[in-house]
Amino acid sequence: MADDDLRVLTSDSYAGPGDAGRTGAWRVLRPVIDYEKCAPAKSGKAACFLCWLYCPDNVVSKTLEPKIDLVYCKGCGICAEECPPHAIAMVEESKFSDLEAADMVQAGAVTAGADRD
Amino acid sequence: MEAKKTRAVNLTEEELVYPGNRACAGCGLNILYRIGLKAIGRDAILVVPPSCLTVMQGLYPITSTQLSVLNVTFASTAAAASGVRAALRAQDNDHTKVVAWAGDGGTSDIGLQALSGAIERNEDFLYICYDNEAYMNTGVQRSGTTPRGAVTANTSIGGKRERSKDVASIIAAHSPAYVASCSAAYPLDFHDKIAKALGIKGLKYIHAHTPCPPGWQMEEKVAVSIARMAVSNGLYVLYEIEDGRMTLSEPSAKLLKKKSLPRVEEYLQAQGRFKELGSDDIAAIQSDIDSKWAAYRRDMAGAAA
Amino acid sequence: MQVFDSGNVAAATSVKLARVQVVAAYPITPQTPLTEKLSQYVDSQVMDAEYVAVESEHSAMAVCIGASSAGARAFTATSSHGLLYMAEQLHWTAGARLPMVMCVVNRAVGAPFSIWNDQQDSISQRDCGWIQLYASDHQEILDTVIKAYRLSERICIPVMVCYDGYYLSHTYMPYRVPEQSAVDAFLPPYTYRHTLGPEKPTSLNTVTLPGGRTDIHGNFAPGYMELRESLDSEMKKAVAIYSEIDAEYLDIAGRGGDPIVQCYLCDDAEYVAVALGSMGRQLHDVADGLREEGIKIGVLSLAMFRPFPADILRAQLSGRKALIVFEKAFSPGQSGALRSELQAALYGEASQPELFNYILGLGGRSYSSVDFRSSIIESIQRKPGETGRCEEIGWIGLGR
Repeated sequence: MADDDLRVLTSDSYAGPGDAGRTGAWRVLRPVIDYEKCAPAKSGKAACFLCWLYCPDNVVSKTLEPKIDLVYCKGCGICAEECPPHAIAMVEESKFSDLEAADMVQAGAVTAGADRD
Repeated sequence: MEAKKTRAVNLTEEELVYPGNRACAGCGLNILYRIGLKAIGRDAILVVPPSCLTVMQGLYPITSTQLSVLNVTFASTAAAASGVRAALRAQDNDHTKVVAWAGDGGTSDIGLQALSGAIERNEDFLYICYDNEAYMNTGVQRSGTTPRGAVTANTSIGGKRERSKDVASIIAAHSPAYVASCSAAYPLDFHDKIAKALGIKGLKYIHAHTPCPPGWQMEEKVAVSIARMAVSNGLYVLYEIEDGRMTLSEPSAKLLKKKSLPRVEEYLQAQGRFKELGSDDIAAIQSDIDSKWAAYRRDMAGAAA
Repeated sequence: MQVFDSGNVAAATSVKLARVQVVAAYPITPQTPLTEKLSQYVDSQVMDAEYVAVESEHSAMAVCIGASSAGARAFTATSSHGLLYMAEQLHWTAGARLPMVMCVVNRAVGAPFSIWNDQQDSISQRDCGWIQLYASDHQEILDTVIKAYRLSERICIPVMVCYDGYYLSHTYMPYRVPEQSAVDAFLPPYTYRHTLGPEKPTSLNTVTLPGGRTDIHGNFAPGYMELRESLDSEMKKAVAIYSEIDAEYLDIAGRGGDPIVQCYLCDDAEYVAVALGSMGRQLHDVADGLREEGIKIGVLSLAMFRPFPADILRAQLSGRKALIVFEKAFSPGQSGALRSELQAALYGEASQPELFNYILGLGGRSYSSVDFRSSIIESIQRKPGETGRCEEIGWIGLGR
């Protein structure tokens, strides 16, 4: 083992979210889920979850009403494309008010904070 | 006895890749990395050479992967993985999995020699090649697996003139313990093949087709549907090779029963990288697919029935 | 126990005594008898290790990188083009601060191919961040490898143990082999600073930005340049640390005491011949002869080239009339590297010796005591102040 007086500086890294920052800022289109159409939300039973499966960024929850972490969602739209009942719409970010955007970021930040512990 | 297939509903919720990483939106690799790590689990050491995956890992001191990762030089992936395995053996550790995960350039070009050596030694690890069909991380230059006709940063006039290397066949010629091909359109198939591979001693190789929206010049949202199209039109084939015997995996196997396959045009025309292809080129690509499937029908029709 | 065997076997014996756990190697002359011997030790279970017969030197170092990172003591050996083929891996290993020892059995580099000895291979890799030690006989090869593991694992910098191809690798000499128990007491089992597993997953060698960056806990992490600076400042500590390690080795083996430089007849010497590796030993006879003629000459054999032990060299060499530096490697367009570095170390000293540089033995060209003697006489007959300019090379044996 190294001496105490040796720092042995290396780029050893540890896992955490947001290495690239709040990647939700990359988003041009925002996924919005219509739970009236979403299979698990509608049936109240675990089903489908293809939005969760195909999400490249791990921002969709595997819940009866899937939730999207907009802090990190990059807005690729794969979830909308792959959703069998077309329950997800991709809506222009500019359509959302600043207040709504702030709410979303806050909601996501809670998730991110939990991950940091 | 075929293992039970994993479905989205019963796939583990445990996530081993953090969000907010540096992968581009709609990254095919990112889909398979996330699902693949679920199959690998936490007791593993990943070995990763320079590639998009290096960038996705993150910049010091933050990484997106909740597993131990050894980042190594470009040409050395399979050899470094051999070293990790040798060290684990020397410490009587027979539970930690060793998984090398490299790109197509890192596998088919600069890393092929080390990989060939590792297979010949029958090293005990899983090697996954994610194939986005060019050097995407350096700005989309042609690689050994870039398909004929694809425009890249250094085949910008007229596209690549040569056929792609069939890397999995080169690997299979070494007779490793297990070879399989996968696609970002079928992440559960990828998951189950990894799980199966990790249960086998020796060197296992999985080749995974991972669309790259910026490199392929297409919309991000179609990354999965384009990958699926490549399977359904017979261009990209999903299979396993065990004990020298090739079997088509379900999405490809069902094509055997079809009299004709969807034409390849739709796939090619959906991607800007193929914009330089003329009708003769497309016909040549179609002809390659048709003869490949004629051979499959001849060799495997009975087995798949 | 005293044995009579080749330098390569002495090296293999030391690797076994060091309880190396992973050996990876690719054959290249004149390293081959060393790694062949290790493969026999492993296959016959004389040595409890993994032997990985890789397909290239690049992969040999990759295996060692993987093994050392995953907690096993690793070893490889190479020569010449094998070392050069590893070049990027050498930088990687040092930057990753991986403990490791590699024997470099010195050989010329091509083109044209030459399988014979010189030191161009290791000297050309002086900037890759490895500690470089040079052994001058079989006993030193054996002792140095064992001490090198202690040094490397303490300081987290890889170590090359260099020795001359054929002159040492293939000749036979008597040497003493320490007891395994003594070596075990001297060299504790290897532990890597991380355990790569599920307990505390760590990503090693991740991309690092030019400047610093805050981590997920809000702590500041340094940038690339701080990492490089620490490699420099910590490698420089190897001079003192290696001396401490050598003193401990002296206790268990009864040999050592001069691990950095070995001075022969230097106390009152006006002139000092300086060389790396086995040449230093050959110069002893030459000095004996010149002393009989009344020429006050000594010999300084340098056993550590990186870090460059400038303090020790200044203390030994300042105030001498002239230094005659013999080298089996050079930087085309300049001079021998050792000469350049000695001059840099002595620059600004109140009493600087004249410096003369001779290049010899390239590609195995033979040389003899007569060559050393005439070069020394030629140098000391130069008028005071007529120092060899930094780019001036005396070529020994050209046209022979």
